[in-house]
Amino acid sequence: MSQNVSEKALPAVEDLSRDEGAISTNSTSTTRTASAHHTVTRADLADAVHRRIGLSRAESGEFVEAVLSEIFNAIVSGDDVKLSSFGSFHIRSKGERVGRNPKTGASAPITARRVVMFKASNVLRARINGQRAIED
Amino acid sequence: MIKSELIQRIAARNGHLYQRDVETIVSTILDEITLALARGDRVELRGFGAFSVKRREARTGRNPRTGEQVSVDEKSVPFFKTGKEMRERLNEAHG
Repeated sequence: MSQNVSEKALPAVEDLSRDEGAISTNSTSTTRTASAHHTVTRADLADAVHRRIGLSRAESGEFVEAVLSEIFNAIVSGDDVKLSSFGSFHIRSKGERVGRNPKTGASAPITARRVVMFKASNVLRARINGQRAIED
Repeated sequence: MIKSELIQRIAARNGHLYQRDVETIVSTILDEITLALARGDRVELRGFGAFSVKRREARTGRNPRTGEQVSVDEKSVPFFKTGKEMRERLNEAHG
């Protein structure tokens, strides 16, 4: 029972610091902040639904999937999707054009294709910049 | 399709839930994505796409109408990258 530095569960980091380091490199918190940007996935969304509505985790996961696939199908079928205070998705058709391989410089044709455009709402833009929405 | 139509479509397939609950589910999901982006996190939804935040440095811009110089503060903007599956589905019929 020496110094137990763990504030929260940091399994990997804790293991390292336990390796009788003569000089304490109190890097525990630094490691955390360095990798502070983490990736949110379907599981996190399902967890939020579970916490908010109280549906089982399994059912919450199914609803996340249902919402995403409903949006997916609408976009893929060419329907514009507008989610107020979040943003909108629409399809843009791009014509064929001549591109270049950036590595070799050789020109290569780029075929006509359809791409998804996402336009974030003013509310979302404002939230990302730590403000309240100006107008939407 | 707008948000209310999305809610109706999901409610229609899940008769055991009130439309109100489906509304809460949809807004919880969108809120969670918004919160993540506000923290600077990335939201990765395989097959669908990924939302991330890109930083734009401060710059000197011009009012396009008057030509007047204005300083534009640094800001972060949301970005969506289409997922592989969606990209493929959009272009599969077009050979």
